[in-house]
Amino acid sequence: MLRYLLGRLLSLSLSLAAASLVIFLVIEVIPGDPASYMLGLNATEETVAALRADLGLDGTRTERYFDWVGGMLTGDFGTSYTYRVPVAELVADRLWVSLPLAAIALLLSTALAFPLGTLAAATRGRVTDYGIMGATQLGIAVPNFWFAMLLVLVFAITLQWFSAGGFPGWSDPLAALKALTLPAVALALPQASILARVMRSALLDTLGQDYIRTARAKGLSRRQAVLRHALRNALIPALTIIGLQFSFLLAGAIIIENVFFLPGLGRLIFQGITQRDLIVVESVTMLLVFAVILVTFLVDIAYAAVDPRLRTR
Amino acid sequence: MIRFDDLSLAIHGTPILRGVTLEIPAGRIVGLVGESGSGKSMTALSLMGLLPDGAETAGAACLDAENLLQATEARMCGIRGNEIGMIFQEPMTALNPVQTIGDQVAETLLIHNAAGRAEARAIARDRLDRVGLSHIGMDRFPHELSGGQRQRVCIAAAIALHPRLLIADEPTTALDVTTQAQILDLLKGIVAEENMALLLITHDLAVVSGMADAVAVMKDGEIVEQGPTAEVLTARRHPYTRALFEASSHAPDRDGRDPQAPVLEVENVLRLYPGPRKGFTRGDPVRAVDGVSFALRRGESLGLVGESGCGKSTLTRAVLGLDPVQGGRIALNGGAVDVHMPKARRAAIQVVFQDPYGSFNPRWRVDRIVAEPFHLFETRPPDWRAQVAAMLEAVGLSASDMEKYPHEFSGGQRQRIAIARALVTKPDVLVLDEAVSALDVRVRAQILDLLADLQGRFHLSYLFISHDLTVVRAITDRVMVMRAGKIVEEGATDAVFNAPSHPYTRALLEAAPVLEVAS
Repeated sequence: MLRYLLGRLLSLSLSLAAASLVIFLVIEVIPGDPASYMLGLNATEETVAALRADLGLDGTRTERYFDWVGGMLTGDFGTSYTYRVPVAELVADRLWVSLPLAAIALLLSTALAFPLGTLAAATRGRVTDYGIMGATQLGIAVPNFWFAMLLVLVFAITLQWFSAGGFPGWSDPLAALKALTLPAVALALPQASILARVMRSALLDTLGQDYIRTARAKGLSRRQAVLRHALRNALIPALTIIGLQFSFLLAGAIIIENVFFLPGLGRLIFQGITQRDLIVVESVTMLLVFAVILVTFLVDIAYAAVDPRLRTR
Repeated sequence: MIRFDDLSLAIHGTPILRGVTLEIPAGRIVGLVGESGSGKSMTALSLMGLLPDGAETAGAACLDAENLLQATEARMCGIRGNEIGMIFQEPMTALNPVQTIGDQVAETLLIHNAAGRAEARAIARDRLDRVGLSHIGMDRFPHELSGGQRQRVCIAAAIALHPRLLIADEPTTALDVTTQAQILDLLKGIVAEENMALLLITHDLAVVSGMADAVAVMKDGEIVEQGPTAEVLTARRHPYTRALFEASSHAPDRDGRDPQAPVLEVENVLRLYPGPRKGFTRGDPVRAVDGVSFALRRGESLGLVGESGCGKSTLTRAVLGLDPVQGGRIALNGGAVDVHMPKARRAAIQVVFQDPYGSFNPRWRVDRIVAEPFHLFETRPPDWRAQVAAMLEAVGLSASDMEKYPHEFSGGQRQRIAIARALVTKPDVLVLDEAVSALDVRVRAQILDLLADLQGRFHLSYLFISHDLTVVRAITDRVMVMRAGKIVEEGATDAVFNAPSHPYTRALLEAAPVLEVAS
């Protein structure tokens, strides 16, 4: 088990190093100089050069790469070209919106999908199954911003239970949670639909296995066989999907952030790209890569916890 | 006492069982014999109430006076595992991979509220000891155990509550002969000790003849003959019993051949696999094939026997030029066999595997399947369709079968297609890797006859790989016994079988069940 963990950790560090190099190089080849962009068309060459030196854009590529990586390792992500504030600060603010949003959405989606998927598998070919499958089909087909607008219409405008958008900050945790509820639901519904379908088919696969027959021959009822033997074996594919979904939710919430006027990571990276604020783009991308790799690592550990056969690899 | 009374079963309207009447007295062993699809397992599952969806039953399957076909599901859950235990064919997949074996044995007790958690574990430990696993910890997972050990765990779980009947559905079919002998011994011992009845379902008459007090022969959902084992197997009153009996010891007529020049030469071949990981390094490499040498002569049948894991398959892959070797050399008609050998040389050595269905693309028609090896030639011969048709006829099918798909054929017919495909390039050597192991005895006898006939007609050399000693004895001239990567004994088939010199060969022969009946 320890060797498995060490192996995973090693692969995690290597992935991070490779990712940082790729991100840096890609950003380097993107046309457009942030300094001339910031100063506008009429700037003289001297002013642009001065600004470039000020922003740390004048060293060689190797120097700049190691500056950047070294800075990140010590928590210094550089200074945003447009906002003129440390990127770390900028990201931290946004992370306090995006991270809870993703976590709540994932929690909701999992809490919805597991029972629904299990129920559908247990009632395979019957009305309940068809109902759940139909609903999840719809959940996947309908875009989440449409759900978002519907939720706003019903719960914010008509019922007035929630506000239609904005984020009050965490000084009042209850108000903050309330502001995140509708966006989280809108994000969770399509994800839950996907996860429920994966859960159902994984369960159906395991229900056809020989060990389920053995369990039934021991005297377990159908329900007991599902709960005691099939569920844990069906978790592996579900865990894979959950890992992918968290990564997606962290950065992919940009449309939902826009619908609800949330200052999240997705919007930050979008603004960074449009304003040639490359240091922000670089740092946020790296942060997202780190998050994805970390989640993959956690999912790997979860695999090993679920399936003893993976521990000895 | 268990009694099936005029039991009939249909699944989605298709009749599966017809008027099955059978008694299993307490403490006796009853063998239920028949070919695949004859309804043996369905008979057992009717009693267990575990029939597939769409099943309709008539008649009765009684435990004492209670007809279990009428019992509620809740009642059946109380009976399964408690009054009737059952074990299945595939020990490799019969246990939950994510639960410890101790938990899986204890579960039988917990489910029926027969013991508290601690007590259940104590009893589970005791049952595992009884089935010969006293050296295996309760916290081990199934994947850490061998097939035989897993079957022992299944038995421990099935007998944890001392059921009155144990149903064993082909319990040893997936196991090696020596393991099979041990498991059969174990079952016999437990049944006698616990005064338990045993319904032993098998396709192998030899297994039944050494175990059962009574035997029932099943064909197409009907019991065609039943009675005390010795009587049924000696008198063989029903023609089907007779056919089964003859087929299981069938030896095809083969003309004697003079030894000729070798076609396939294997010299000191070494196949290594990376050793187990130790920290960040690896241990010594595993010698899967360790210095094997032999020569296969033209027109000869050479058998290769050994238990699973002995290196048979690894050697086969090397001989086919599919894997590189780490030492020694393999030559076919004097040319080197390796991963990069020319296509023409590849065409001269072909293979038939155990499961033909798995090696056919289900969406291809038979003509395309059989013609596929032609890609080993520079150009496909212009008369390829005629050649495919001729080959199908040679293996006992008809030219019109070219238009069909694999699923339209029975298992035996599919194996004929696989043989036609292997022979279409007119090879010198045919490797038969467990090629008849999945077939029922009567079909197996037919395929063995076909192989003998084709060998004479096409001057083929066979490398016949099998774990089934009876078959190897029937079809080979010489035999090699392989163990742990090495050939431990080699010689003329009759000599090796009649007077084995190596202790391992002797152990193998002793373990093989023998159909011993005075005839």
